[in-house]
Amino acid sequence: MGNTSSMLTQYDIEEVQEHCNNTFSQQEIVSLYQRFCQLDRSGGGFISADEFLSVPEFAVNPLSQRLLKILDGLNFKEFVLFLSAFSSRASLQQKIEFIFKVYDSDGNGKVAFSDMLDVLRDLTGQFISEQQREQVLTHVLEESGYTRDSLLSISDFVKTLGNSDLKMEVEVPVD
Amino acid sequence: MGDPGKLNSSSSELDLDRPNLEDYLPSGTSIQQEPHGKLRLRDLLDISPTLTEAAGAIIDDSFTRCFKSNPPEPWNWNVYLFPLWCFGVVVRYFILFPARVLVLTIGWIIFLSSFIPVHFLLKGHDKLRKNLERLLVELICSFFVASWTGVVKYHGPRPSMRPKQVFVANHTSMIDFIILEQMTAFAVIMQKHPGWVGLLQSTILESVGCIWFNRSEAKDREIVTKKLRDHVLGADNNPLLIFPEGTCVNNHYTVMFKKGAFELGCSVCPVAIKYNKIFVDAFWNSKKQSFTVHLLQLMTSWAVVCDVWYLEPQNIRPGETAIEFAERVRDIISVRAGLKMVPWDGFLKYSRPSPKHREQRQQNFAETMLRRLEEK
Repeated sequence: MGNTSSMLTQYDIEEVQEHCNNTFSQQEIVSLYQRFCQLDRSGGGFISADEFLSVPEFAVNPLSQRLLKILDGLNFKEFVLFLSAFSSRASLQQKIEFIFKVYDSDGNGKVAFSDMLDVLRDLTGQFISEQQREQVLTHVLEESGYTRDSLLSISDFVKTLGNSDLKMEVEVPVD
Repeated sequence: MGDPGKLNSSSSELDLDRPNLEDYLPSGTSIQQEPHGKLRLRDLLDISPTLTEAAGAIIDDSFTRCFKSNPPEPWNWNVYLFPLWCFGVVVRYFILFPARVLVLTIGWIIFLSSFIPVHFLLKGHDKLRKNLERLLVELICSFFVASWTGVVKYHGPRPSMRPKQVFVANHTSMIDFIILEQMTAFAVIMQKHPGWVGLLQSTILESVGCIWFNRSEAKDREIVTKKLRDHVLGADNNPLLIFPEGTCVNNHYTVMFKKGAFELGCSVCPVAIKYNKIFVDAFWNSKKQSFTVHLLQLMTSWAVVCDVWYLEPQNIRPGETAIEFAERVRDIISVRAGLKMVPWDGFLKYSRPSPKHREQRQQNFAETMLRRLEEK
């Protein structure tokens, strides 16, 4: 399944489905493939950052740059795996793991104060000063029993987000 | 945490003359209810709404949909359909196409042999020359339409030659202009194109009155607005036709109308055009094919079928801004032609969205966060 211009065979679909742990149905995978080919205008087998940013709805998203670091250069199989966290069949654990991955930009399995501050900065922009951001973050961390120097792991995330009703679902249009 | 959080004032003033993006985006994007309760760690860590929006945009977005040309479904080949289709191809390419080229050539000969004498010999008699040139342009456009066997149904009263009015229409391809022009010799505002199209633009279209713009020039807008205003006020000028979308859209959606046509202080007559894709898709995907290839595609298909509706002239209502007026007219046209409205600027095909949208979101988030910090 190297070249995106070729059609998907049944084997390809099943391979991708296995890779994403059956979070998408075969029809959804076909739809995602059409979408992948539509975005991959240069036909290189992966979607470049520029091609993602040509979708205005994505470009205006505050977390677009952070997501691009993960998305850049993904082939179709990895692309589906990336989106699998947003399927209705994905478990809460998978969704929390995805959020963790967005925070943990260096991939060392630990989320530090600076990581959380970076994300907060993306979300609030210039409308809050850096000082206020640090104050707010320190305040809520201390309230939950952490400190500024705490390194949060995935289990901390599960503990914090586990019992909130996390809504993170996108429907794949199937024609 | 003694002092109450204070927001920095935004250095970019929010563009008041843009319709609210949130009104158009799918419901998943607007935060369902305003979250309240004291701010906790999980509220800051839970970035799921923003992530969901991003994933939604990756999977399907309303902007890309506007420019998707849908290839026709392949037929089910079987014993009798395949030879029939082959026969159709032979007829289209080897009988119809040459006949159409012939018709077009005859049309050009007639046109040029009348236009050039009229243009030079009648230099003194401006009114007569103008009328004749108008008729000749309508004639050559009719020949063009015939060359793709255009089956056009016009509905509504034909445009009348009056000052202080402007015509706006949705845009699918440059042939929109030809289809409308064969009925009434409009003056038009267009992007200057290279090649033979540009040559046509600078010679023949000049005679009906044309205004050029250049998308890439930023200051261009003011210059163009002034030219538009001057044209509309002139009593002898041909009625002006504007495509406020500024770019070709695939005839299933409409993108935002530029407000330039709606702040000229005159009435706006909407025209809706809807193509029937039964034989060919008239959408000109300028990224995928040049205009010449697009025309050839039209000339080797059976027919181009479309409906044109001339709708009731609209005036700006007291208290209405130009943007609101533009959106109202866009709604009238979209409803008539069965098109869906999307909140995007057509020029985003060529550039990135302005940071104002993102800043709006950031401001909302920041305000909510600081408010909840104060709650007990």
